[in-house]
Amino acid sequence: MKTAETPFEFVTVSYLTRIGNQSAGTLADLLKGLEDCSDASIFHHTFQTLGSHHFLTEGFSNDFAQWVLADTNRNDLAEQLAALDIRDYVSIAALRSDLCRVVRDFCEAFSHFSSQSALERFYFCESVEVTAPLGRSARTLDEFRDGIAHLSHAGFYFHFISSRLRLQLRTNDFSHWLSDGLGLQTLGESVNHIDIYTNTLDGSRAKLLRLIDRERRKA
Amino acid sequence: MSETLALTRIPLDDYAELLGAGEIEELRALAKPLRGRSIQMVNSTAVGGGVAEILMRLVPLAEELDLNIKWEVMTGGEDFFEVTKSFHNALHGAPYHAKQKDFEIFLAYNERNRATLPLDAEFMVIHDPQPAALIDARKAGSNHWVWRCHIDLSHPHRGVWDFLEAFVSRYDGAMFSSPEFSRQLPIPQYLFYPAIDPLSEKNCDLDPVFIAQILARYRIDPLRPVLTQISRFDRLKDPVGVIRAYRIVKRYFDCQLVLAGGSASDDPEGAVVLKEVLREADNDPDIRVIELPAWAPLEVNALQRASTIVIQKSLREGFGLTVSEALWKKKPVVASAVGGIPIQIIHKHTGMLAHSVEGTAYQIRFLLSHPEIAAKLGEHGHQHVKESFLITQKLKRYLTLFLTMARGS
Repeated sequence: MKTAETPFEFVTVSYLTRIGNQSAGTLADLLKGLEDCSDASIFHHTFQTLGSHHFLTEGFSNDFAQWVLADTNRNDLAEQLAALDIRDYVSIAALRSDLCRVVRDFCEAFSHFSSQSALERFYFCESVEVTAPLGRSARTLDEFRDGIAHLSHAGFYFHFISSRLRLQLRTNDFSHWLSDGLGLQTLGESVNHIDIYTNTLDGSRAKLLRLIDRERRKA
Repeated sequence: MSETLALTRIPLDDYAELLGAGEIEELRALAKPLRGRSIQMVNSTAVGGGVAEILMRLVPLAEELDLNIKWEVMTGGEDFFEVTKSFHNALHGAPYHAKQKDFEIFLAYNERNRATLPLDAEFMVIHDPQPAALIDARKAGSNHWVWRCHIDLSHPHRGVWDFLEAFVSRYDGAMFSSPEFSRQLPIPQYLFYPAIDPLSEKNCDLDPVFIAQILARYRIDPLRPVLTQISRFDRLKDPVGVIRAYRIVKRYFDCQLVLAGGSASDDPEGAVVLKEVLREADNDPDIRVIELPAWAPLEVNALQRASTIVIQKSLREGFGLTVSEALWKKKPVVASAVGGIPIQIIHKHTGMLAHSVEGTAYQIRFLLSHPEIAAKLGEHGHQHVKESFLITQKLKRYLTLFLTMARGS
């Protein structure tokens, strides 16, 4: 069995939600908020919300899309916002730019909707991140599998979803280590293709474990 | 004298079966750097009320993580609690004629408690307005102080809030149950949801035989759909509106309505509302208006579990934890989009939100017609509560806050 020189260190994460000073009552306000809010706020309402709503697969993508759908009843705009896939971004700046573009284009095309009052206001919040090592590491595929099977939802989210921003690559911690640590590029790529929008976090984990088991059977 | 409370042990591992061992391991990992470090919770009552109920469970769980945590209860005379009750109502927006004497009473009791309470823990958590002025005991740079506000400050009485703000602004942070309830402050503000305990009598699994007994006691037919609202008889909970929504639903579905809440016997306004409810019910044999004893967690649990749909048609609401209680039991919930309810009900994902009697009736009819969608909402609602509104998540939030403060963020 292959042994990696650099072990995979399992970590977990916890987020504190900091309430910001901005809120939006219209689509025009939302655009202003998107332009002005902190990076931590964009992260909170896109990346982090996907982790805290990991059990939803149908139609939930980010807080902005959900608010536009539920509180302004603009299904067309909500659909465009929901379609922004965080896997396409390695920086918050690029994600913010696209969020702003989508809302700005809509407000320009349908200016009469941009100032209509929403049912409820949108409050911009920020994530404050704290990580903690779990004291577990893996050098082999068996140890890696065991570690993943025992991870909390937050730990799995940290390595599988939020890691994309940290790595600044279009991949995740698991795929990165499988490719670079164990030299299993094909497995790493297959893991990276698991769809986090159409699978729950538990479903993604189950798929990942199945891929690892298939690889172990080959050995 | 102030009071340090000793509480019964609650083994953290009891939660592993419900949450998974990974979640408990995560709590232990987060708590590790905080082991042995001192934390003090201070509030104004040892029993009764949501804050005491939460601390009673939270403190023993924190002890399980080897945190040096203590819960202190400040003391005050009748005059102090009369003043703080007026402050409480005024902060909720009720009319109030501010008197200098009231502020003096408030400050005098806070000063007395400063002399008797050991306010020297590394992390001081002060709950609600009553002990807010204990911050005067803080020595510069000595420890971390945070203020946990459990009430809605969105429309406070200006004079009372100005008075309190002078103290609150000197804390290192403030926590609110909803962004909507917070104020513009010069200190960081954090979102801290209230929580339910899945192992408490109100939320634990029940024997179906017991549930059947409760239904029989209140003459509820288990074979027909049951719509339920659990809340005190208060106009802000709109029980009359619930009956009107039920009547619309009743045209299409042979259902029953249960309105259950604490007894109105010692609440003059509650008694008036109860009369209005009974008048609106008009002896409909399928409407059960149930006056529960003040503390009836098992009955509430059984009624929620026996329901086909749970309703929370409030006109105004604090956080509305009854919604989380129902969601934890995998019940589809139809609720008003007020207060903290939209945090719990993500429309069409974890329940249905409504804004009127007709809207409430429509969502109930929709769910009765589509039981598979109702079941999915209930399942997602359960997961949502598990992720955000359980006592273990609250503990995790506190650990994260202390770690954040300790590293000086």
